[in-house]
Amino acid sequence: MENLVKLTIDGISVEVPAGTTVLEAAKKAGINIPTLCYLKDINQIGACRMCIVDTGARAFGAACVLPVSNGMNVKTNTPKLREARRVNLELLLSNHDKKCLDCVRNQTCELQQMCNDLGVDDVDRFKGSMNTYDVDELSPSIVRNNNKCILCRRCVAACNNTQAVGVIGPVGRGFKTQIRSPWGQSLNDVACINCGQCIAACPTGALHEKDSTKKVWDLLNDETKHVVVQPAPAVRAALGEEFGMPMGTPVTGKLAAALRRLGFEKVFDTDWGADLTIMEEGTEFIGRLQNGGTLPMITSCSPGWIKFCETYYPDFIPNLSSCKSPHEMEGAMIKSYWAEKEGIDPKDIRVVSVMPCTAKKFEAQRPELSHNGLQDVDEVITTRELARMIKEAGIDFVNLPDEDFDPVLGESTGAGVIFGATGGVMEAALRTVYEKVTGATLDKVDFTAVRGTEGVKEASVQVGDLTVNVAVAHGTANAAKLLDSVRSGEKTYHFIEVMGCPGGCVTGGGQPIVSAQKRMECDPKALRAAALYQEDQNKPLRKSHENPSIQALYDNYLGEPNSHLAHELLHTTYAARPKYKN
Amino acid sequence: MPDNKEKYAQLQEAIAKHKGERGAVMPVLQEAMNIFGYVPQDVQEMIADGLGTTLSEVYGVSTFYSQFSLEPKGEHVIGVCLGTACYVKGSQKILDKLCEELKIEPGRTTADGKFSLNATRCLGACGLAPVMMIGEEVYGRLTPDQVPAILDKYRA
Repeated sequence: MENLVKLTIDGISVEVPAGTTVLEAAKKAGINIPTLCYLKDINQIGACRMCIVDTGARAFGAACVLPVSNGMNVKTNTPKLREARRVNLELLLSNHDKKCLDCVRNQTCELQQMCNDLGVDDVDRFKGSMNTYDVDELSPSIVRNNNKCILCRRCVAACNNTQAVGVIGPVGRGFKTQIRSPWGQSLNDVACINCGQCIAACPTGALHEKDSTKKVWDLLNDETKHVVVQPAPAVRAALGEEFGMPMGTPVTGKLAAALRRLGFEKVFDTDWGADLTIMEEGTEFIGRLQNGGTLPMITSCSPGWIKFCETYYPDFIPNLSSCKSPHEMEGAMIKSYWAEKEGIDPKDIRVVSVMPCTAKKFEAQRPELSHNGLQDVDEVITTRELARMIKEAGIDFVNLPDEDFDPVLGESTGAGVIFGATGGVMEAALRTVYEKVTGATLDKVDFTAVRGTEGVKEASVQVGDLTVNVAVAHGTANAAKLLDSVRSGEKTYHFIEVMGCPGGCVTGGGQPIVSAQKRMECDPKALRAAALYQEDQNKPLRKSHENPSIQALYDNYLGEPNSHLAHELLHTTYAARPKYKN
Repeated sequence: MPDNKEKYAQLQEAIAKHKGERGAVMPVLQEAMNIFGYVPQDVQEMIADGLGTTLSEVYGVSTFYSQFSLEPKGEHVIGVCLGTACYVKGSQKILDKLCEELKIEPGRTTADGKFSLNATRCLGACGLAPVMMIGEEVYGRLTPDQVPAILDKYRA
C-alpha cells in the first residue's frame, strides 16, 4: 500500500504519494508553478528559484525539490511570491542578451514565455555589467551561445546523467560562471557525441543545431544539380508539432507534399533505407550467429551511439554491425543504383537528409561514408530546420494534401517506419531474421517486449531451434549500463539495439522542442512512438524482405545481401577515438 | 624524468586513497596542488579517470575555488593587497599598472615563468598602504610609477 500524504495547495486539498514534490502535487491540483531549471526526470536542483512557494517556513522553498508532508499548507500565488519571482527573472535578464527577434528559440523559449506569464514590464530594470562570450560554432552539430545562457544546468544534467558523456559543466564562479567544456575547448574538440540532447534540454537559445538551411536553399536554387531528399522515419511523428498539431500526429503525407513544394527533384524516404538496412544487418546477424562471429552484434544506425562506442567503449567496436545507417545506405544507393537507372552522373546529385538528429550532421561528414570521393549524403537538416524552411516558403502545412513519396527509393514497409522508436530496429530485424532462418511465416509480427520507454529492455525470442537473447537500450547512459553488464559477463546476448537518445529517434536532438511544462503533462517518447506504430499497423507490408523495390534492388543490382557490391556500398568501418585531445 | 614519474605515482596514491568517497574531487585536487604546485590538464584527466568522474567535474571544481591554480607559479610571486586600507589608498591602480607591465591578468603567470600576479586580502601592513609583496619582500607607500623600477630588480 502506497503511503499517501494529504496537503493543501492554494486552498485546494490534494492527496499524493509520499516523496512527491510540491511542484508535482500542485500540477495535480491544476496549478502550474513557474520553473526554469527544472526538467522532469533530468534536472531537479532548485537553482533558479522561480518555483518558490510559501509553506509558512522562515524562507520560501523551491517547489521542485520540496517534498510534500502531511498537513502542509502551501501558497503558490501571493504578492510577495509574485514579486520575488519577477525580481529573480529580471536579474536573470540583466545578464541575458535579450535578442529575441533573431533567436532560433523565439516563441519556444521558456525564458521569454516566463517574462510574458509573470508580467515583466521592464527588461532593463537591473541594467549593469554583462558578460559577453564568443559563440562556439565549430561543431558540425551544436552551437553554444552563452550570451543567452541562464545557467540552469539542464544541458549539463542531460549530457552527464542521461547520456553519461559529461563534456560540459559549470566553469568559474559567481558572475563569471559559464557552462562550457574544460580548458576553453570547443565542443568540436572534446568527446561530445553530437546527440543534441543538450539542445532538447535548453530552455533558451543558448544551444541550438548548426543551421544548414541556407546551404539547402542554395542547393535548391542550383539548376545544375539534381537535389533529392529523404526524411527519416521519426520526422513524420513530430513535424506536425511545429505547426500546432497535437503531439503524436503522424504527418507522412503532408511531409512528402511539403518537401515536393520546397522544390526537391525527388522525394525519397529513409524508410526505404531502413528496409535495406534490415536486409544487410539481418543477414550479417544470421552470418555471425551461424559462423561463430563476434556476438552480441550491436546495431549501428545511431551516429551518437556510434561515436559514444568509439570513444567510451572501444572494446565493443568488433561487436558493432558494419552496416551504414539507413540514410547513408539510401544516399549510397541514390548515387549508384538510382543514378545509373536515371543516367545521371553521381557528381551532379546532391542528397539532403531530413533527420531528427544533430549527430547525423557529423555522421554525414565521416570520410568513410563515401564512395569514389563523393559523400553518400551531402547535407543534413533537422526536423526543426525543415519546419523553418516550410514556414519561410509560406507553405500552409496543416492544410496540405497527403502525397506519396517518389517510387522505388520511397517505397517502404512497416518495419522501416518503426526504426524511429526505441526497439524498432530490433523488432524490424526480428521479423526478417525469424522468417529467413526458419523459412516459416510469422503469424504475429509484433514483438511488444522490445517496445516501450523502459531504459533497458530484454527479450528471448525462439527462432527455430535457437533461443535468441536480445536487449534494447536507449540513451547512452543506459547503453553504458548494458555494456558494463555484458563486459562483466553478468549478461549474455546475441543481439543488442542501441539508440543514442532516450526514446530513440522520435525524441532525438533535432526534433521539435518540448517545454518543461509540457513534459510534466505527457511523455513525448511514448506519444511520438505511438504515431510510428500506428503507421506500421496500417501498412500492407510489414516486413522489410517483402518490400518489392528492395527485392528488385537485389535482383537487378546488388545480387544478394552482404554481396561484394553490397559490402562496398552499404557497409563501413569504425575506429577508436581519444577521450581527451591535448 | 624520474622526478615527475614519482610525482605521478604520488598522485595515483592520493587517488586510490580517496576513490569511492563522496566529494573525492576536492581532497585529491588539494593533494595534487601539494605535489605539483598546480593542476594542469593531464593531472586533471588522471584524477577524472581515476575517480571515475568527468574532466568537466574536476575542471569545474578547480576553477570554482581560488586555491587551485591551473598554471605553475612564477619564479617571483607578486601579491597586491586589496584590503580596505590599501584599496582606499589606491592599490587598484598599482594592480592595474602591474597587469599592464606584465601583460597578464591577476591570477596568471607571465609566459616566461618569471612572475605570478595575485590580488590578495589584507597583508597586515596597513600603515604602509598601499602595499605589495614580491616573494617575502614588502613594498609600501607605493605609487604606480614606482612599479617598473621595482620589477626591473627581479627581471635581471
